[in-house]
Amino acid sequence: MLTFLGRRFLIAIPTIILISIFVFGMQKLLPGDPVLAMAGEERDPEVIAFLREKYHLNDPIAVQYFSWISNALRGDLGISLRTNQPVLELIGQKLPVTVQLATMALVIALFIGIPAGVLSAYKKGTWVDWVANIIALSGLSIPNFWLGIMLILLVSVNLGWLPASGYRPLTEDFWLSIKTMLMPAFVLGTGLAATLMRHTRSAMLGVLRSDYVRTARAKGMSEGTVLVNHALRNAMVPIVTVTTLLFGELLAGAVLTEQIFTIPGFGKLVVDAVFNRDYAVVQGIVLCTGVAFIFMNILADAAYRVLNPRMRDK
Amino acid sequence: MPLNRILAVTLAFGLCATGAFAQNLRVGLQEDPDVLDPDQSRTFVGRIVYASLCDKLVDITPGLEIVPMLATGWEWSGDGLTLTMKLREGVTFHDGTPFNAAAVVANIDRSQNLPESRRKSEVKSITSTVAVDDMTVAFTVAKPDATLIAQFADRAGMMLSPTAATAAGADLGLNPVCSGPFKFKERVAQDRIVLEKYDGYYNAAAIHFDTITFLPIPDTTVRLANLRAGDLDMLERLAATDAPSVMKDSGLTLERATSLGYQGITINVGNGERANTPIGMDARVRRALSLSIDRDVINQVVFEGAFAPGNQPFPPTSPWYNAAFPVPARDVAAAKALLAEAGHADGITVEVQVANNPVQTQLMQVIQSMAAEAGIKIEITAKEFATLLKDQTAGAFNASQIGWSGRVDPDGNIHGFMTTGAGLNDAHYSNPEVDRLLDAARVSTETAKRKESYDAALAILQDEGSIIYLYHQVWIWALSNKVKGFVAYPDGMIRLQGVSF
Repeated sequence: MLTFLGRRFLIAIPTIILISIFVFGMQKLLPGDPVLAMAGEERDPEVIAFLREKYHLNDPIAVQYFSWISNALRGDLGISLRTNQPVLELIGQKLPVTVQLATMALVIALFIGIPAGVLSAYKKGTWVDWVANIIALSGLSIPNFWLGIMLILLVSVNLGWLPASGYRPLTEDFWLSIKTMLMPAFVLGTGLAATLMRHTRSAMLGVLRSDYVRTARAKGMSEGTVLVNHALRNAMVPIVTVTTLLFGELLAGAVLTEQIFTIPGFGKLVVDAVFNRDYAVVQGIVLCTGVAFIFMNILADAAYRVLNPRMRDK
Repeated sequence: MPLNRILAVTLAFGLCATGAFAQNLRVGLQEDPDVLDPDQSRTFVGRIVYASLCDKLVDITPGLEIVPMLATGWEWSGDGLTLTMKLREGVTFHDGTPFNAAAVVANIDRSQNLPESRRKSEVKSITSTVAVDDMTVAFTVAKPDATLIAQFADRAGMMLSPTAATAAGADLGLNPVCSGPFKFKERVAQDRIVLEKYDGYYNAAAIHFDTITFLPIPDTTVRLANLRAGDLDMLERLAATDAPSVMKDSGLTLERATSLGYQGITINVGNGERANTPIGMDARVRRALSLSIDRDVINQVVFEGAFAPGNQPFPPTSPWYNAAFPVPARDVAAAKALLAEAGHADGITVEVQVANNPVQTQLMQVIQSMAAEAGIKIEITAKEFATLLKDQTAGAFNASQIGWSGRVDPDGNIHGFMTTGAGLNDAHYSNPEVDRLLDAARVSTETAKRKESYDAALAILQDEGSIIYLYHQVWIWALSNKVKGFVAYPDGMIRLQGVSF
């Protein structure tokens, strides 16, 4: 396992370097001038010239890239062009927020998606299967922003059960934090639950037809043991893959969800940064997200090996 | 028990009974402000926060008169070259530093010389600032500048603690120290800015909140939902389309004020190749486009009648508006006649760039269909705002739908756009007579004389100017009924003096 992890980490290094070049290059392709956005309505030429100098925007792109990456390696991702806060500090503030949102959404998605998938595979062709499919399809087709606004109007404005938006850190007020995150996590989670349900269903259908399941039944095992211990465990490998890939979808979905529910997380940070041409912040976030994605994939590979002994090192 | 203690206890009980303890006002903002340093910041929402955080040398009334704030009186010398200001006694900054003439000198120096300062152009005319005595300061200008006092009614007039400013340098925005009714407590980017009451405020009796929390909520629907759900006490910039439903809501109040700014279409008349179009070369074509537009219909269709139609850089409610040129009615026949006279009886095509948000796009679509009836074909190019601005500055545009947030002094709405070579004159409009009139209005300190100059300049601009003015935004605030005493100002700020639950 250790050699496996070591190898995977080594392979990750060139990927991260490629990501960093890609991120940097993409930024420069964005139309619009960050300095013009920063100079204010008056657009004083003196201020513009000073800012260009201050942020080294006159240097050749290669020079800009190397100074950025060498600082990044030393843990300095620069400062936000908009608020003067260090990018690393901003990411540090926002990361726990989005992690909380993503975790809660994932938990909701897993709790809805996997049981629904198992059930609809087990009851294939019956009304249970149909209902689960209809719910899954609606979950996939309803846009996040619409569901979000409808929920706010219903749950907060009309019923007054949950706060309409905003965020409290878990450490500050645990229950209020969970309450403010519940609606956004639900909105984000339902879409994922649908995907998970569809994948669980097809994986389970394949496994339920297999010989060892028939053997298990023939041995007189209870249906519950057959489903959970024999079938679901074997169906888990594709589900883990999908869940890992969903992590990316979670981050992308968080962009919209955070915007609607005004949650000060990664997604909101990146949207605001792109609109304000806050290069340093965009670069920092995309780099961090890229790295996180790679680690999630390494974790998934490790999880396969735990779940499936055949994939372990000989 | 001594009398004052009895009084204090009674008062405390009284306050308890009316629920006046730890009053927190929650304000919904449309965006997250940028850096909280008045010398460096540039956003409108930032100024809303400053209205509670940083007092200015002077303030304005809703009718745009200049009134005392940190300066209690002022006087121009006979030659118009020296402005002497008397300062308020007994004012301290949030860190305890006393406010005096030396502090004003340090602040003007910072606005002029901090490399990151965005205020340089606003205080450019000042050649020296001198502390005459502890509480008197004198500003010298190279040539008379009537706009200077109005600059002191905004960010250039906000006073920062010199002690804190020296210590923090360009990083002051992370922990701003001013002298306003509230001091900075904390900021979580994109989440909230919290200010708490400053006990040493000179006008503490007018302040009735213990803390103010500003919450940036960009989505207008969600912002309103928060107010309705009781998670906000008030919000700024309600969407015009939501105004009717707020007026019907018995728990909410609506306040409005016509803004100082304008929205219009800037025509490229001399900035590079792209100016060589019928509309760029011939003022009659520009007048034809203006005549083809029904400004009232735009207001009704796009803004639910909530905004103010306009045809000048100042709104019709402004004392600087030239009443000789009222907002014109739509006249398609006259527009066609002008086009024919200019030799374009077959019609022309104009490419207009517009910011890619739904409201501005809808505005241009309405204009597109109106102009088409007069034979002017409008091609709309939607661009993201930063790109639009870059192309406009570079002259890579035929026409551009853009606006201006507005300034207290009329000079700020017109001089930079209409004088030759000025910084905001992206259309490269140039007319020596307009230059002369606008320069004259800038140096005269007599209101009547200035008005005469502006009237004369506006008469020329109505005829041949490079901007077709369309409408003036109206600031709309929605407040919970429990918020009392709020006064709407045309600068869109939220002043909390006298506001309470």
